[in-house]
Amino acid sequence: MDIPLFTITRDKLDLTILIDAVVRNLDSSTTKAGAVTSFLGLVRNENRGKKVIRLEYEAYEPLATKAFEYISQEVQHRWPQICLALHHRIGTVKVGEPSIAIAASAPHRAETFEACRYAIERAKQIMPIWKHEFFVGGDIWIEGSKTDPEDELAREEAYRLACR
Amino acid sequence: MQVTILFFARLRDITGSSELTRELPDGVNVKFLWDTLEAEYKELSPYHDTVSTAINAEYAKMDGTLTDGDEVAFLPPVSGG
Repeated sequence: MDIPLFTITRDKLDLTILIDAVVRNLDSSTTKAGAVTSFLGLVRNENRGKKVIRLEYEAYEPLATKAFEYISQEVQHRWPQICLALHHRIGTVKVGEPSIAIAASAPHRAETFEACRYAIERAKQIMPIWKHEFFVGGDIWIEGSKTDPEDELAREEAYRLACR
Repeated sequence: MQVTILFFARLRDITGSSELTRELPDGVNVKFLWDTLEAEYKELSPYHDTVSTAINAEYAKMDGTLTDGDEVAFLPPVSGG
């Protein structure tokens, strides 16, 4: 089965299929994968002092695909040998379950750590995805960054976090 | 001209619709449309400086010009991950 490098899904995320995808993708090119760094973001049981029950995610899917293309191109620009995969879950996600999975492969390990961190920071900055938090006593839409893929300062901040 | 408007997350809660259509004068930009909606739905005002937009599922600027049949999305600050 062909695993897409980017997808938005209502199904449970499985990191192993992202790892397979980025390794296979790199192995089909001239340089082989020698390292993979992966990241899994989980729904935490508390946020800002409140007991979280569940999150409900929604996405503007066609634009999220464009956001992934932006992030992939930025990663390719800074770390040319990286293959990146990112899967994001939407709908109801329970405490302890993953909401986002990222994998980055390359011939050598150093760039995979940096690229993986860069990808999660950029995803949080620009992906048109929103979380609706349901906690004990109420609910709230979480609002983070104003999404602008061309914001150079945001890009530099993500790079600084990835490489500090 | 007619455009379709998409609202997400809290913006959808405020307007009560995920999708609306509006008649607009030819040649106006996204900001004109937003200001029209802000006059209609006062609770949109806090998003005046933080809202982002996309036209036909491509990132766009508020000064982007609209044409007949466009699909305009209004995006509150994002919180994926």
